[in-house]
Amino acid sequence: MSPVLAGVLQLAALVGALALVHRPLGDYLAAVYSSTRHLRVEKWIYRCIGANPSVQLRWPAYLRSVLAFSLAGVLFLYLLQRAQGSLPLSYGFTSISPHQAFNTAASFVANTNWQSYSGEQSMGHVVQTGGLAVQNFLSAAVGIAVAIALVRGFARSRTGELGNFWADLVRGLVRVLIPMAVIGALVLVACGVIQNFAGIHEIGQFDGGVQQTNGGAVASQEVIKELGTNGGGYFNANSAHPFENPNGLSNLFEIFLILVIPVSLTRTFGRMVGSTRQGYAILGTMGVIWLGFSALMLWTEFHHGGAALQEAGGAMEGKETRFGVAGSALFSATTTLTSTGAVNSFHSSNTGLGGGLDLLGMMLGEIAPGGVGSGLYGMLIMAVIAVFIAGLMVGRTPEYLGKKIGTREIKFAACYILVTPTLVLGFTAASLALATPPDSILNTAGNSVHGSGAHGFSEVLYAFTSGANNNGSAFAGLNANTQWYNTTIGLAMLLGRFLPMVFVLALAGSLAEQQPVPKTAGTLRTEQPLFAGLLVGAILIITGLTFFPALALGPLAEGLA
Amino acid sequence: MNSSLRGMTRLATAGLRALLVLTLVCGVLYPLAVTGIAQALFPDQADGSKIKENGKVVGSELIGQSFTLDAKDKDGNPLPDPRWFQPRPSAAGENVYNTRYSLTVSGASNLAADSKVLKEQVIARRAAIATFNGVPRRDVPVDALTASASGVDPHISPAYADLQVSRVAREHGLSRQAVQRLVERHTDGRLAGFLGEPHVNVLKLNLAVRRLAAEERGD
Repeated sequence: MSPVLAGVLQLAALVGALALVHRPLGDYLAAVYSSTRHLRVEKWIYRCIGANPSVQLRWPAYLRSVLAFSLAGVLFLYLLQRAQGSLPLSYGFTSISPHQAFNTAASFVANTNWQSYSGEQSMGHVVQTGGLAVQNFLSAAVGIAVAIALVRGFARSRTGELGNFWADLVRGLVRVLIPMAVIGALVLVACGVIQNFAGIHEIGQFDGGVQQTNGGAVASQEVIKELGTNGGGYFNANSAHPFENPNGLSNLFEIFLILVIPVSLTRTFGRMVGSTRQGYAILGTMGVIWLGFSALMLWTEFHHGGAALQEAGGAMEGKETRFGVAGSALFSATTTLTSTGAVNSFHSSNTGLGGGLDLLGMMLGEIAPGGVGSGLYGMLIMAVIAVFIAGLMVGRTPEYLGKKIGTREIKFAACYILVTPTLVLGFTAASLALATPPDSILNTAGNSVHGSGAHGFSEVLYAFTSGANNNGSAFAGLNANTQWYNTTIGLAMLLGRFLPMVFVLALAGSLAEQQPVPKTAGTLRTEQPLFAGLLVGAILIITGLTFFPALALGPLAEGLA
Repeated sequence: MNSSLRGMTRLATAGLRALLVLTLVCGVLYPLAVTGIAQALFPDQADGSKIKENGKVVGSELIGQSFTLDAKDKDGNPLPDPRWFQPRPSAAGENVYNTRYSLTVSGASNLAADSKVLKEQVIARRAAIATFNGVPRRDVPVDALTASASGVDPHISPAYADLQVSRVAREHGLSRQAVQRLVERHTDGRLAGFLGEPHVNVLKLNLAVRRLAAEERGD
């Protein structure tokens, strides 16, 4: 079998597995977030929090709970890292510097998992398992909660109530993420992912000497890293490390874990707004983009353009033998189209166009299918914009799911889509214009032996695109562990996560107050393929208009050279 | 004013309490439970898939080792040991922060596809590997010329293993066919026929070579 055919079969297997799972899981999620019952363990947790899970919150109160909870997360994770040197079980790992600790705390709470540190070099068991892995769960549950609140905004009428944040948070953890993580972790351990508390220890080696090796609760962190579309690796090499991703099966399973919740949430959306076909239209839009990107990524990586890769005869730099080109390309496309950012190959060594696809996937706003929760709400915002554009064409007040998209609604949606481009382009321009940062770039033109200036520009653009869109993957040639990059990327991650949430919840509140408009012959049928096509077009045009000049300076210049 | 301040305090307290109780659940109970079950069901994998020979651990089958001589080349890198199959090039780093340990820090070169440095590295590796194994330059496969993603890739392609057979056989005084048979026995195909790429575990293959050589010598 040729490697290309094997890659196509892996893609087909993913589609098949997701087709099988998304209906039952999506229905289950809808039931979880619509239920009025509380489990005993949940009641215990509510008592500890001191919150009444049955109180319905309007959007400002829902938002305040999200922000209060996330702020506590940032502070706690910051202090945990700053105190690492004095914590037990830290194996000689010292405290993290203030700017790096801020960056990492912001990163994990914002579901980004950008890592300016090397896992095995910087973080002991307590910070990894008790801090970083915890935020993998919590930030994912927060993302789903906000998406569900927006769906309720569409589903409810003549009320401003969006549900209870604490109930949504705790249910997402207790009934969804933790049970799925336990099962997934055991599958990963069976494949060979480690799960122990051995710390760093010595084992024998081939020539009779000893080598030092890592222990750690890796499988339990790995599974939620993918399932919660987080992406922060236990090891510096992330999912390329054999202890995180030992074989071809674990590789495909990890890609599946990344996709399963974002894909299933489209079904949940359809259920909750009372029309599963509306969910399929959203899923179809995501699926077309994801399949297109995956196919293009396979093509460009097998084609291995670029002087160095042509010399080597293949795009295997920064890729593992057991995954090969196909297993790496599929992972790469999926991790950047979701807000994951885990990597099993190093994107900086991808072909020029492959790196460009990684960038473009994030620039789309990570909505195909996107991060857990954030993918759905991002796509629904784009649907609102698409409906608005369609309304302008025919001169009718636009409606979506029986709700009028008026001035107020379109303002919130427009603000949403302006946040990340402003952060990405603003910070990239500042980084290149200011005197201090450029010596972080590995592949610079000034240092002409290293590669083209286009690639160096891409390194910086990639960093802020990854941060502001809460992805977390990197063109790791950039040394981001400097005061400038730690601080600015940290800010980009926090603003890129929580400002959009403000607009999403405000929009949800505004929609939930409306009275539904009856469907007429003139209503745009948003459950049909025509609308899905319009939506794909709107996404590509808006992203293209925003980022084309920047892409032309970086990956396009490199890929077409 | 006063009531809004009280409201904010109450919210901040709720956020903090939620964080602490959920840290207990997700950061203590969950990893302990998973570790317990994993250690009971899959103890070998959970502890790092260690390989033992004559009762002694000789490494993990998942972590690549280097098979080098004490002698160094002009750049100070240890020379490859011709008796053993060689792994892929590695761009893994040295530990610089937590110097209590001499851990390898996993990672890749991150050099770009159009990087001149990478191109020169590839050319130099091709020449060195062709000379080392006594084969034409064009025969050296791509995985031998490029650094892996993790820097501890335990595998090489079957093509790179085949290329090294003659040299290893000669160094041990074994027949070419016998060593080739070992390579075939240690080649893993794609899982279920389509997952991943065919690969050879270098450590396991070298252990098999060492066993065969010992048998041939009669000890």
